[in-house]
Amino acid sequence: MATAPTIVLNARALERTVARMADEIVERADGTDNLVLVGIQRRGVQLADRIAHLITQREVAAVPRGALDITLYRDDLQTVGPRPIVGKTVIPCSIDGKTLCIVDDVLYTGRTIRAALDELADFGRPSRIMLAVLVDRGGRELPIHADVVGRTVDVPPGGRVDVFVSELDGRDEVTMVVAGEGT
Amino acid sequence: MSAPLGKDLLGLEHLSAEQITLILDTAEPLREISERAIKKVPTLRGATVVNLFFEASTRTRISFEFAEKRMSADTVNVATSASSVIKGETLVDTAKNLEAMKIDMVVIRHASSGAARFLAERIESNVINAGDGTHEHPTQGLLDMLTLRRRFGTLVGKRVCIVGDVLHSRVARSNIWGLTKLGAEVAVCGPRSLLPTAIADFGVQVFDRVEQAIEWADALNVLRLQLERMTAGYIPSLREYNRVFGITRERLDRAPRDILIMHPGPMNRGVEIDSEVADGPHSVILDQVTNGVAVRMAVLYLLAGNAPALAEAARKATADD
Amino acid sequence: MTEHRDVLLKGGRLLDPSSNLDGVGDLLIRNGKVEALGGTIGTPDGAEVINCAGQVVSPGFVDVHCHLREPGREDVETILTGARAAAAGGFTAVCAMPNTDPVTDNQAAVGFVLKQGRAANAARVYPIGAISIGQQGERLAEFGEMVHAGAVAVSDDGRPVVSAQLMRTALEYARTFGIPVADHCEEPTLAAGGAMHEGFVSARLGLKGIPAEAEEIMAIRDILLARLTGGHVHLCHMSTKGSVELIRWGKERGIPVTAEACPHHLSLTDAAVEGYNTNAKMNPPLRTAVDVEAVQQAVKDGTIDVIATDHAPHHNDDKQREFSDAPNGIIGLETALAVNVTWLVKSGIISLGTLIERMACAPARLFGLPGGTLRRGTAADITVFDPDQAWTVDPKAFLTKGRNTPYGGRILHGRVGCTLVDGRIVFKTMG
Repeated sequence: MATAPTIVLNARALERTVARMADEIVERADGTDNLVLVGIQRRGVQLADRIAHLITQREVAAVPRGALDITLYRDDLQTVGPRPIVGKTVIPCSIDGKTLCIVDDVLYTGRTIRAALDELADFGRPSRIMLAVLVDRGGRELPIHADVVGRTVDVPPGGRVDVFVSELDGRDEVTMVVAGEGT
Repeated sequence: MSAPLGKDLLGLEHLSAEQITLILDTAEPLREISERAIKKVPTLRGATVVNLFFEASTRTRISFEFAEKRMSADTVNVATSASSVIKGETLVDTAKNLEAMKIDMVVIRHASSGAARFLAERIESNVINAGDGTHEHPTQGLLDMLTLRRRFGTLVGKRVCIVGDVLHSRVARSNIWGLTKLGAEVAVCGPRSLLPTAIADFGVQVFDRVEQAIEWADALNVLRLQLERMTAGYIPSLREYNRVFGITRERLDRAPRDILIMHPGPMNRGVEIDSEVADGPHSVILDQVTNGVAVRMAVLYLLAGNAPALAEAARKATADD
Repeated sequence: MTEHRDVLLKGGRLLDPSSNLDGVGDLLIRNGKVEALGGTIGTPDGAEVINCAGQVVSPGFVDVHCHLREPGREDVETILTGARAAAAGGFTAVCAMPNTDPVTDNQAAVGFVLKQGRAANAARVYPIGAISIGQQGERLAEFGEMVHAGAVAVSDDGRPVVSAQLMRTALEYARTFGIPVADHCEEPTLAAGGAMHEGFVSARLGLKGIPAEAEEIMAIRDILLARLTGGHVHLCHMSTKGSVELIRWGKERGIPVTAEACPHHLSLTDAAVEGYNTNAKMNPPLRTAVDVEAVQQAVKDGTIDVIATDHAPHHNDDKQREFSDAPNGIIGLETALAVNVTWLVKSGIISLGTLIERMACAPARLFGLPGGTLRRGTAADITVFDPDQAWTVDPKAFLTKGRNTPYGGRILHGRVGCTLVDGRIVFKTMG
C-alpha cells in the first residue's frame, strides 16, 4: 500500500523555484552569450522552456534551447522488455564551444544524466556542461551532481517523486510518496 | 510502455493498427540520428545481426545495414543464391547454424513465400522479413506509409493506388494491409493478368485503366515491372505496358489534384514510370529511401530483446527515473 | 493351404449395403469364408470368439488409390508398412499406384508388387499399372501383360495424361481387358508452378495458385473421351464443385465415368494451409468451403462413387522446407475412416451404410476386386469398427512410415477394432 502523496512544491513554490534556478544558471554561465539550454524528455523540456523564457525576459537575450531524448542511450535496454517510446531530440545549433545546461525534473540514480552526456558528445564538443534539476532526491548510483538544484528532498529507496507541469499534466506541482509498491 | 511487436516482424497482415503506428511513431524521431555529426546511437551495442540474403538485393540490404550500424549492432552479411534443389536443406541447416552461433537477430530475404516465418519458427532470435517470395515486404510497406504520413499528416481517408504487377508483388501486399489498417483507401491498377483473381477479397478497389486511377488517387505507388513477366507471357511487351500503364507526365498533367508518386525501386525508367515523373516535383522516391533507414532502425529497436527469455526479466526490472 | 481357425464375430451390428443387411447378429468365418451370419450362432469347437457388441461389422474397406513408394522410396514407405497401415485403417485391400521408381509399367514390375503384397500378409495389395511407359505420356504400356500379371487398373497418377489422343487410345485399348483407366485430372499449363488452390488464401500467402478449372478442364475432357470411346474412365481425387457438376452431367447421359474423392477434400479447406503448413499441401489442393460442401453432397448422391485415400507418405526432411518446394501429398490410410465418420456421418450428411458403400462395396465392384460384401460364401474380408469412439490423432503412433498428416492432434470419431483378410486377423486392438 502506497501512502498518500505529500506536496513538495505547490504551484507558487514551483514558480519561485524555477525563477531562482534561471538566475543561478545565468550567474554560473557568466551571462547568456554562449548559453544553450537542453531539456531532457519529457518534463525537463518544459522546465527548460520556462527557464529560457525567464532568462529572455530578464536579460533581453534569446537563449537557444533544445530537447534531448536519452532512450536510445539507456544502459538498461537489454532488460526493460517492451521498448520505451522514443521521444524527439532537437539540438537547435552547433554545440561546439558552447556552455550547455542540461535541465531535468528529478535527479535520482544519475543514469539518465550519464546517458545525456554520452548523447551530447555525439553532437559536438561543448566547452562546458552544467546540470540543473528541479528536485534532487538523492540515491545516486553514479558520480554525478547537479550545479543548480531547485529543491533537495530525501526520499528513501522505494519512494517516489512526481513532477507535474501544466503543459502536460494540467497543473504545476511536485509530490512525494515515501513508501510505495513499485514505481 | 506500449503494444509490443512480439519476437518477429514477418508481415503487416497480422499487426494491429496500434502496432503499426508504434513503429511509425518510433521511426519519426530516429530520422534525426542520420543528420547528426556522429550518425550512431549505442542502443544495440553488443547485439549481432545477420543479414541473410538468399536473393539478390542491393537497396534493401544496404538500408538494413545502415540501420543496424546506426544502432551500433554488429552485422554480418550472408548472401547465398542456392539452387532451388538444395534450398530447403540450406534453410533448415542455416537455422540450426545460426542458433548455434548465438546471434540476436536475423534479417532474411528469400525467394520463397513463408521462408521468414519458416526460420522464425525454428530459432529463438528475432527475425525480420526483408521480403519473402511474393508474400510480404513489411519494412517496405512501413517506409511507404511513413513517407505518405509525413506528407499528408494522416493516412485516414487518403487514397493510394498501387499500380502494376500486384500478383507477384510482396510490396503490394504489405501496402494493402498496412494502409488499410491505418484508414487509407486503397486501390490497385494493372493488367488483369498481373492481378490476383481474388483481388476484390482484399477490400481494395480495382481500376482497369491507369487514367481512372490517376483521377481517383492522392498517391500512386508504382511497382517495378520485372522483365520476366514479359518472357513468361503475362504481358505482350514492355513497350505496350508503358503505353497502357506507364506513369507519364502527360497522364499526370490531367490529374484533378497533385498526386504523390512513390516507387519501391529499382526503377525501370521508361517502362512503369517515366524519368520526368520519377525526378519530378511530385516524386517522393528519395524520401522513401531516407525513411527506409529510419523505419528499419525503429523495427530493430522495437524487436531487440523481445525474446521470450527476456520477457521474464522485463517484468522484474524497474525503469530508471 | 494354411489351416484356418474358425472365427466368430459375436453380437456386432452387421452392416452391408451390398446385401441390404443391417442388424445385430453373429457372423461365423470358416475356411476364410463367411460361413453364416445373422441371429445367434453357437460357438464351434476351437473357434476364436470376438465380442463385437457396440461395434459395426462391415465388408472390409477397399482403397483404390494409394502410394506405397516401393520400389524406389523404401525410406518413406514399403509395401509391408503400407499394407499394415492399411489393415490398421480397416482396409482389407489397397490399390498401389504405379508412380514408383522404376515405374510399374510392365508385367515384371506388377508381379513384384503382388509378391511383396502377399509377403506382407496384411491388407491385400493390388497393383495398378501405368498408362504410358515410364509415365512419360508418350507410348502405351502393355496393358494386356500387366493385367495378366495381376494389375487391376491403369493410371499415370501423379501426373495427368496430357495428350488427349493418348487418353483416347488408353480408354479404347483398356476395353479389351475390362479395366478402368484412372486419370489424375490436371491441365498442366494452368497448374504449372502452383502450390495450393488459387483463391484469397493463396493471394494472401503469396503462393502460386492452381485454379479449380485446371482440374475441371481435364475432367470434362476425360468424360467426353469416355463418351467417344465407351471406355471406363475413373476420375481420381475430385476436389471441386465444378468437377462434380461435370461428372453428374456425364452420368446423366450414361457415359461410363466413375469418380473418387479423398477424405481431406471432404473435410478441410485451403485455410488449412495458413501458416505455410506443408502437411496441408497436396495435389489436387485443398479447396474452398463451397467445394467441400459440393463434393460431400456428391458423395451422398453417388456422383462420387468411392472414397479413396490418396495415401502419400513423404519423408519429414522433404516436408520440412519452404512451402513451394515441399512435395505434395499426405498420408491417409489410418485416418480415412475417422475423418469420414467425423465430417460426413457425425455431421448427418450421409449414413454409415452409405459410407460403407463408398469405402468398401463400390470400390470393389468398380475395380472388379473380391470383397466389398458380407454375403455367405465370399472371402471373409471384414472390418470391425466403433463409429463412436473418439481418439486423438498421434502421427507418431501410425504404422505407416509417413508422419505427414494435417490431422495431428485432432480428436476424431470412429476407430477400427479389428481387420480380417481371408478370415485371418491382420489387425486387432479390441479385446
